[in-house]
Amino acid sequence: MQRNPQLNAHGELIHLLSIEGLPSPVLHHILDTAGTFLSVNDREVKKVPLLRGKSVFNLFFENSTRTRTTFEIAAKRLSADVINLDIARSSAAKGESLLDTIANLSAMHADMFVVRHGESGAPYLIAQHCAPHVHVVNAGDGRHAHPTQGLLDMYTIRHYKRDFTQLTVAIVGDIVHSRVARSDIHALTTLGVPEIRAVGPKTLVPGDLKEMGVRVCHDMKEGIRDADVIIMLRLQNERMSGAMLPSAAEFFKNYGLTPEKLALAKPDAIVMHPGPINRGVEIDSEVADGSQSVILPQVTFGIAVRMAVMSIIAGNVA
Amino acid sequence: MKILIRHGRIVDPASGHDAVGDVAIAAGRIVGLGQVSAEFEADRVIDASGLVVAPGLVDLAARLREPGHEHEGMLESEMAAAVAGGVTSLVCPPDTEPVLDEPGLVQMLKFRARNLNLAHLYPLGALTRGLNGEVLTAMAELTDAGCVGFSQAEVGIKDTLVLHRALQYAATFGYTTWLRPNDAWLGNGVAAKGALATRLGLSGVPTIAETIALATIFELVRDTGARVHLCRLSSAAGIELVRRAKAEGLPVSCDVSINQLHLTDIDIGYFDAAMRVTPPLRQQRDRAAIRAALADGTIDALVSDHTPVDADAKNLPFAEAEPGASGLELLLSLALKWGRDDDVPLARTLATVTNAPVAVLGDALGSLAASAGRLVEGGVADVCVFDPAVSWQLAPAALRSQGRHTPFAGHEMTGRVVCTLVAGSVAYDAAQ
Repeated sequence: MQRNPQLNAHGELIHLLSIEGLPSPVLHHILDTAGTFLSVNDREVKKVPLLRGKSVFNLFFENSTRTRTTFEIAAKRLSADVINLDIARSSAAKGESLLDTIANLSAMHADMFVVRHGESGAPYLIAQHCAPHVHVVNAGDGRHAHPTQGLLDMYTIRHYKRDFTQLTVAIVGDIVHSRVARSDIHALTTLGVPEIRAVGPKTLVPGDLKEMGVRVCHDMKEGIRDADVIIMLRLQNERMSGAMLPSAAEFFKNYGLTPEKLALAKPDAIVMHPGPINRGVEIDSEVADGSQSVILPQVTFGIAVRMAVMSIIAGNVA
Repeated sequence: MKILIRHGRIVDPASGHDAVGDVAIAAGRIVGLGQVSAEFEADRVIDASGLVVAPGLVDLAARLREPGHEHEGMLESEMAAAVAGGVTSLVCPPDTEPVLDEPGLVQMLKFRARNLNLAHLYPLGALTRGLNGEVLTAMAELTDAGCVGFSQAEVGIKDTLVLHRALQYAATFGYTTWLRPNDAWLGNGVAAKGALATRLGLSGVPTIAETIALATIFELVRDTGARVHLCRLSSAAGIELVRRAKAEGLPVSCDVSINQLHLTDIDIGYFDAAMRVTPPLRQQRDRAAIRAALADGTIDALVSDHTPVDADAKNLPFAEAEPGASGLELLLSLALKWGRDDDVPLARTLATVTNAPVAVLGDALGSLAASAGRLVEGGVADVCVFDPAVSWQLAPAALRSQGRHTPFAGHEMTGRVVCTLVAGSVAYDAAQ
């Protein structure tokens, strides 16, 4: 078995490709570092010089405004030069292969690639083929992983709940196609959360998810009862009607988070969502805008967490 | 050219012959076996002391990539790979470009192979035109051109009505239909459904994709009486269905590839595209069932499923990478490794790559049927001489195949071919 490609021989993080396989101290170190960056975001001059002179390339083979923007802000607050490439509309459309694109950008002296790609594992291929000094951050690959989202979710949970080891966390929605759910599940199990529930119909939450260490619930009420944290996932448009689900309305009827259902969770439960939200599909507006919602703080924490990830991996050598 | 192979351990699985002796070859045929008269004057003597002298291997699944995919493999390179692996007869599926659905294409391929004078080539014709699953091919003409059976390769027939008629038609003339049991709708994923595919976020092929297809095929066989060869089984549940079908007396046979015999989905590791093969690698208990079924004869033949793939098609994210691996040169070593690991006697091990696959081909081999895959006096001298004890590490760059992608890179291999004779001529000599 090959060594985990995101760690160097000393066990230090050189790429962030997946949360799976990262030990708990590494995760806490990232969260602690993110805490120190939160104050930077409150300053008049929101910059630290940690990545000055470094070039960060945002390579988005799949469209995403939100994630790309937060990475761009994070890199700029670390004083890096940021280059945004919307590959979906440029090289790949002209038939250039993924590795040729990477080789060309490496020749422009990139120091870090932030990669989003529609295929699971694409950032691994890039990490294996780029120069040793270049770092790769996975900004979402296929259904596989979205590790910075997972980390910002952990930051949010730690911020509001402090201790992971007493929590019940419910993840609701389209788990089988969700890279966010996978990253959250790996992070939560690593950080010692005793009860993680995956909630949804069998088409979106198949029984073999148990192999990831979660309790599978097909009943929403059972799934969120006494939960401390509820993570609602976005339902992709293409899955709202078809063989996976009959309609968005029927999904909302069974699994949409309404004030009535939320009342089944602990009184101090927090409601999270990776965004962008579909009001009336997976979440009721009253809940999304309510006092238990931490959806907007998640976005703020996301910038600090991405600053932490980029500064940590840039400081480690292969 | 008269050749004398001396002092080798002659193992012929078909007859059960296993003793040290000599093999005399003249005019392309075996003229002496065991005790060879001192009067036999050989032009060349091959010292096989400490080596095994076995029938040349028969591989029921090897893609040569001609016509249409010459950038991935050509007859010259792939036939050279075959004889370097001790393979003297091979069956190639029809998924070329254009597909083998016209007699002229088959004749051209046979002609090119004959001129190379390396391994014997037995093409499978397409079962339907263009493999599109709609219109039957001219099976009689294709048979006259040299096809030994008819196959849908990896494409499958979605329309059960067409498949039913194809089997009825093939049964009329006694042609064997080669099918990979895979439901076209459920079987679309890139990895086996299971914990690994779930963790890595890869689309999974469930076991029921194989068992549903098998259940359909067996019903059609019961109805039509057609003879069907099932290609590349992958699951324990599928093998159990085949076991029952054979017990019932259905005219079916099956094979498994070296990939499924040795690997599981865990080997995919961190999205290693070398492990992207068809069918996808399944779990430990499936592999255990495959190994047991190959030993007890439920699975008739072991195949290389040789599919040379070029680097551009492999250096892609896992799901986008072209499935396939080079295997012709590894078939013998991986058979021997299985035999050694599972305490399978040498003759039984070799049977899975010699006389058992020939039995699958049956009458389709014509005049060669009596001697291919075996060592018999008067038979065609297709012989593989190998060192059973040597251990070596596989370096993909050293492969003769144009495709350098193999899931076994760096693996320890057991046994190595020293010399291969095809129709009495030395087609491969490791010393040269």
